[in-house]
Amino acid sequence: MPSGIRHPNPGELMTDPTSPRHTVLRDRHEALGASFTDFGGWLMPVRYTSDLAEHHAVRTAAGLFDISHMAEIEVRGADAARFLDYAVSGRMSALAVDQAKYTLLLDPSGGIVDDLIVYRAADDAYLVVANAGNRDAAVAALTERARDFDVVVDDCTDHIALIAVQGPRSQEIVEATAQITALSQPLSDLRYYRRGHAEFAAADGTRVPIHLARTGYTGEDGFELFIRASLAGELWDALLAAGEPLGLVPAGLAARDTLRLEAGMPLYGHELGLDILPAQAGLGRTVAVDKDDFVGKAALETVVAGDAPVLVGLVSEGRRAGRAGYPVRHGDQTVGEVSSGALSPTLGHPIALAFVPPALAAEGTELAIDVRGTAIPATVTALPFYRRKK
Amino acid sequence: MTDLDSIKYTAEHEWVDFDPASGVATIGITDYAADQLGDVVYVDLPAAGTAVTAGDVCGEIESTKSVGELYAPVTGEVVEINDTVVDDPSLVNSDAFGAGWLMKVRAEASAVDALLDRAAYQSLTGGDA
Repeated sequence: MPSGIRHPNPGELMTDPTSPRHTVLRDRHEALGASFTDFGGWLMPVRYTSDLAEHHAVRTAAGLFDISHMAEIEVRGADAARFLDYAVSGRMSALAVDQAKYTLLLDPSGGIVDDLIVYRAADDAYLVVANAGNRDAAVAALTERARDFDVVVDDCTDHIALIAVQGPRSQEIVEATAQITALSQPLSDLRYYRRGHAEFAAADGTRVPIHLARTGYTGEDGFELFIRASLAGELWDALLAAGEPLGLVPAGLAARDTLRLEAGMPLYGHELGLDILPAQAGLGRTVAVDKDDFVGKAALETVVAGDAPVLVGLVSEGRRAGRAGYPVRHGDQTVGEVSSGALSPTLGHPIALAFVPPALAAEGTELAIDVRGTAIPATVTALPFYRRKK
Repeated sequence: MTDLDSIKYTAEHEWVDFDPASGVATIGITDYAADQLGDVVYVDLPAAGTAVTAGDVCGEIESTKSVGELYAPVTGEVVEINDTVVDDPSLVNSDAFGAGWLMKVRAEASAVDALLDRAAYQSLTGGDA
């Protein structure tokens, strides 16, 4: 196993056999008083106490997220690099071992099947992290595309748990977690979109490998920790115990959504979908158009920029936020639609992502969001809405 | 502190505290509703002087994650709205039955009497209202 993370007993699955599914951390979430919501077929904590408090904790100290619903797919074999160059939009062969890249899984027409983070695990092995709700589609697309390559595509979602520590104090918290030992390098040397290796000392004395990636979905510094599912609860407890004195709180999907929105990060099903081309979502840079061939290339080469709507950021005054699906107006005309919106907890005013015609996408353009019959003025602004201080 | 057993409730998760002497009903949303919404960040209430009709939407309550409609529990004239909660909507979460009240409506006692009592409301929400 290149990852070394997966549990040695393949019969030990991380979830209840019931549907929708809970992660292995269900008992922790329930004990912490979480409310749950269905997300991508999983019942996930939406909040523990207050979405706003959890949001602010991530911006000022740190939050602990269970993101075990995310799919992990291993790609192994002599052709792994060449295969991924063909199967996804970016150039995965250019990654160094333990480097990560944000990339897109496109369909032949150039639409977005999913957005992924791909880690290079070895010369001939990668770990692909996909969205929970797109797990089946991503596994199916990769498997189908692998036919002519010497690779194995292996869905190991049920064996791997993923826990994120996000916020300015994340590094201190991971360093303060005594059960995390044998770090491959000091965390201060671990760069963004790189991963390190360590061991987790379980209560029974065993030591298991874990991966720590400097990645996240909040716009803050932070880590995503991969561990075999059977020890996720112990890792969760260890991080929380070490982190609580430093301000760490468990945080749910509600905070995760406002955090990623402030950071201008897309969410599949809102800013990304099969009917949205990468350039429309502002993700043209993730497509390595100079690669020999990859799924979606031919279609994207024939696309004329034209009038297809493009993603912009909108800011408003006051407190009334546009929400997904609300019309965007220019004068009397409906010109677009909000894909995500909220009252920004950090900035204190409404923010939204919306698709509008390219002619109305320039920074400073004055538009309006139809908030249940009231036109709320909204100005096109550069993304992200929020950028952390380095 | 409002006596939760002495006030009335609706299936739309409002509470109604009627003062027979003045004929004015103080209206808010229950802590159950506030918990379901999440952190309330905006409330839109009818202006004082507005006539509201029982069962009709008369305002909105927005949380970070969702928008809830406020239904008028009784028919009557809005005599006061809670400006403090407009300025600080988090009061709806922190003190749903107290400082988080939303509006006062002049109403008929018989209309208030016909609303749900606490036991009936709790049976709708699984008992933790």
